[in-house]
Amino acid sequence: MVAQAEDVIPQRSPLMAFMARWLLTTNHKEIGTLYLWLSFTLFFIAGAMAMVIRLELFQPGIQFAEPLFYNQMVTMHGLLMVFGVVMPGFVGLANWQIPLMIGAPDMALPRLNNFSFWILPFAFTLLLSSLFMDGGAPNFGWTFYAPLSTTYGPPSTDYFILGVHMMGISSVLGAINVIVTIFNLRTPGMTLMKMPLFVWTWLITAFLLIMVMPVLAGVVTMMLTDRHFDTSFFSAAGGGDPLMFQHVFWFFGHPEVYILILPGFGIASQIIPTFARKRLFGYHSMVFATAAIAILSFIVWGHHMFAVGMPVWVELSFMYATMLIAVPTGVKVFNWVATMWRGSMTFETPMLFALGFVILFTIGGFSGLMLALVPADFQYHDTFFVVAHFHYVLYPGAIFGTMAAVYYWIPKWTGNMYDERLGKIHFWTAVIAVNLTFFPMHFTGLAGMPRRIVDYSLQFADFNMVSSVGAALLGMTQVLFLYIVIKTIRGGEKASTRVWEGADGLEWTVPSPAPHHTFETPPAFPPIMDENESTSLNE
Amino acid sequence: MISMSNGLRNCLTLAFLASFSTLTFAVEFDLREGVTDMSRRIQDLHHLSLAVCVVVGIIVFGAMFYSIVAHRRSRHPKPADFHESLLVEIVWTTVPILILIGMAIPATTTLLEIEDNSDPDLTILITASQWKWHYQYLEADIGFYSNLTTPTAQINNLEPKGENYLLEVDNPLVLPTNKKVRFLTTSNDVIHSWWVPDFAVKQDAIPGFINEAWARLDQPGLFRGQCAELCGKDHAYMPVVVEVRLEAEFDKWIDDQRLAKELSSGQAVADRNKTWTMAELMPIGEQVFLTHCATCHESTGVGQGVTYPALAGGEIPNGPLEVHIDRVMNGRGGTEMQSWAPQLSDRELAAVITYERNAWGNSTADVVQPKTIYATR
Amino acid sequence: MIETHNNQRKHIVLLISLAVGMFGFAYALVPLYQVFCEVTGLNGKTSGRARDLSTIYQNQVIASDREVTIQFLANVNNGMPWEFRPATHQLRVRLGELNTTDFYARNRAAQAVTGQAVPSVSPGFAAEYLHKVECFCFSQQQLEAGEDRHMPLRFYIGDDLPEEIHTLTLSYTLFKVPTVRASTLVSNRS
Repeated sequence: MVAQAEDVIPQRSPLMAFMARWLLTTNHKEIGTLYLWLSFTLFFIAGAMAMVIRLELFQPGIQFAEPLFYNQMVTMHGLLMVFGVVMPGFVGLANWQIPLMIGAPDMALPRLNNFSFWILPFAFTLLLSSLFMDGGAPNFGWTFYAPLSTTYGPPSTDYFILGVHMMGISSVLGAINVIVTIFNLRTPGMTLMKMPLFVWTWLITAFLLIMVMPVLAGVVTMMLTDRHFDTSFFSAAGGGDPLMFQHVFWFFGHPEVYILILPGFGIASQIIPTFARKRLFGYHSMVFATAAIAILSFIVWGHHMFAVGMPVWVELSFMYATMLIAVPTGVKVFNWVATMWRGSMTFETPMLFALGFVILFTIGGFSGLMLALVPADFQYHDTFFVVAHFHYVLYPGAIFGTMAAVYYWIPKWTGNMYDERLGKIHFWTAVIAVNLTFFPMHFTGLAGMPRRIVDYSLQFADFNMVSSVGAALLGMTQVLFLYIVIKTIRGGEKASTRVWEGADGLEWTVPSPAPHHTFETPPAFPPIMDENESTSLNE
Repeated sequence: MISMSNGLRNCLTLAFLASFSTLTFAVEFDLREGVTDMSRRIQDLHHLSLAVCVVVGIIVFGAMFYSIVAHRRSRHPKPADFHESLLVEIVWTTVPILILIGMAIPATTTLLEIEDNSDPDLTILITASQWKWHYQYLEADIGFYSNLTTPTAQINNLEPKGENYLLEVDNPLVLPTNKKVRFLTTSNDVIHSWWVPDFAVKQDAIPGFINEAWARLDQPGLFRGQCAELCGKDHAYMPVVVEVRLEAEFDKWIDDQRLAKELSSGQAVADRNKTWTMAELMPIGEQVFLTHCATCHESTGVGQGVTYPALAGGEIPNGPLEVHIDRVMNGRGGTEMQSWAPQLSDRELAAVITYERNAWGNSTADVVQPKTIYATR
Repeated sequence: MIETHNNQRKHIVLLISLAVGMFGFAYALVPLYQVFCEVTGLNGKTSGRARDLSTIYQNQVIASDREVTIQFLANVNNGMPWEFRPATHQLRVRLGELNTTDFYARNRAAQAVTGQAVPSVSPGFAAEYLHKVECFCFSQQQLEAGEDRHMPLRFYIGDDLPEEIHTLTLSYTLFKVPTVRASTLVSNRS
């Protein structure tokens, strides 16, 4: 499209050409890049909010963030990280990698792909602008429970609802694109059970997205009508039920957190075999475990609500189902270890991040298992123990996963190797910082510190100070990462086609950087790597 | 990476770890034992799950670290070939299931006991609102509000913080030892959550619904907790304080409360019969305002944006008196402006309304009498 | 190519239907949730309908020997300017026996106010055994400025109440209902 336009209007200025290219692109690589930059930008904005939070919590007392403003920071930090960083980041990786990994020329619906992306800058501008509205931004936590969010929400709540709708539409359309691409555009010979695991985890994630984002849309629409059109979905006054909000929200919310991690699992399953120079252990098992996790994720939502007063048998059912999820998750971890076992490992930055992911995510999984036990949860619920849990699974989970993927694939995207020494510095500093920030939160939670509080009593002070120092360090590692990414884009040691000695898969058969159009004819599968015997790691 | 002798490395590690010893002095690492049977069983459950996680972690991470060392390319140049094993998959699916069952059993029995609220010895109705608790003793028919008493000067770092910073209230809940106490929780506005870690009781307070929980306290003492569900601006500022007394002392306390209730209704009558002057009401009004109203409307009356309207020069304090009285006494539904009639006495309401109408440049010269408030109730 | 296109079209239609269906499912959860709660009593809501004595007991109440305590609580929601309290905090009743109590309400405000009482029972599953023959909670109640009223409650507890329940608590929360339906475009923040 753009090429034709340039033929017809040869006088386009460089600026117009630039804008036309990026506004109108239907190329999966460019759209992937757009998603990744959007995610990275919002990562800094949401990260800055985290800095505000941690700075205020550095010491007891109110230093500079008044409670109302603090609650806005807490809310927006959560919303932006979930909807603006992790999700678009994974979609960006999906866009770049899925066509390359299945041997397709592009996504199945390229124009829809462009539309799905461009909704997001509008949605986030709307959401961020709420900070400047009268009454401030949403201040009721990213989980926006009624009636705090319905009856007592600030005027900006309605813009928040619109923003959520827009993000939801983007996600659903993107997910449809992913599924249609995977089902229809695989190169001949690549059956479903021969797909790379990253593609599998994204396929399952896409189904989760289509099933639960509309439920979120339903919930926020009910909020909107409760606020303005005299309905009483969540108001006891009109015969409604604030608890129903929680049930419907978490019916979305729990599968959502698996949406936030499954692609990360897929990334680990790509990287570890490459650097262990050994096939992924238990491919079939990994696929089934991922599917099991996804299915189970629909019947555990009540574990976010153990303190609301549900009957015993309901609490027990949710407890058992939640504990059960530990089984397929554990299977995945064991399979990664078995992949490493008796391999021949080197520890370049992608491998470091992948291994950090496995270890630290597992720690998050452990606190999750502890949270599942209802009586104990009465002491953990709504404390920093929960904050520790989800930050371990999200930061060393989703974020390390994304960073690992960037280090792994950026040589293919740009044709340049990143600076290995800097990459290692990034990794080790991030590991130290992440643990310094989030590990003490287990203890503050156990000691009795609730969540979402602007100020705390004195016995929590020491650990909060440690967390805040860790957070400052963590913030600095992001700047380093940005520097590394930009440096790599601008130049570096040239990357080969295969890039990594143990790499296997179709994406490693195209030149580095990957040309604008790849696989215009379907490639042979399994691919021939390096003129030697073909070793398909994904059989 | 950096090469150094083993000895040097050990010294540095020790020094690094030792530097944490100053921290451990003032911190807790473990979930507390608490003062009820249930809280102890919950601590046991916590220890059990933690132990399982640590052991599994040691095994899994141990295997990983071993592999990282033994199977690195420099030491293990030829990677093995295997990539699946049905037996192994079955084993590491079944064993975790068995471990989980081992954890689920004590969790289930403990939960069944916790959720058995039958046959209490006394019942307390806990009503949450933004941002305080109301406790009502159903059998004894006494009730009172429990508000945070930490001075704002401490919160704003103008004074050093007291030992019980943010965990101190004017009227704690008083309970007897060794009686099964049933807690009924509800809310007047948004969802809050009543939590006392030492009792291991956490129960959401939901508007329009009542929930129940129970505890039997083993020993006397002062126990502190907090609201555990985000409920708006001052979520961090509504602590729970429970004073547990031996039974005989508790009974005496109940009698004292009943007496105090009669006395205060006597006081209220005296207040109504007197005609108060502006000079008498303004200081009382200012005190009430700073305690209850300033957190939202600011001590200078300027408010905070559209959410907490300005009173200085505001429409209502300078407008018709009945509207102002109605707003303070009955609140404004659907906003955080609550009805103050249940919590404040006639004198306090009269004083604070008078103050609002004559402070910060407002000059209505209105003086509101307690008997006017009484007549409006 | 054409085959792929047809397949793609089929997939797209199916997936969009799934998305739309799930949106509908979210709304379907509302009545589903109500039904589930009514059937299991798990959120403590009593039925909003009067129990007709005649069809069940043929005008004669059969009381069993078993007694339970029922407690009454009255709450007023934020912004509701009524005084509201139960005539008695608790009663000792026999199962199957018809009982009457009342709740006192007074409108403190200077204008007429309409209220809706919303019941909640604890333990939640006891709600399905609490049968109300006459209750002020079945309909909205309007009080003029300063008016007060005693509002009756006639009920019986079914003799099939599970053995383990010895005390149950019935709580009413009074909410303000707009007497005149305000224009839906007016924000409640103005």
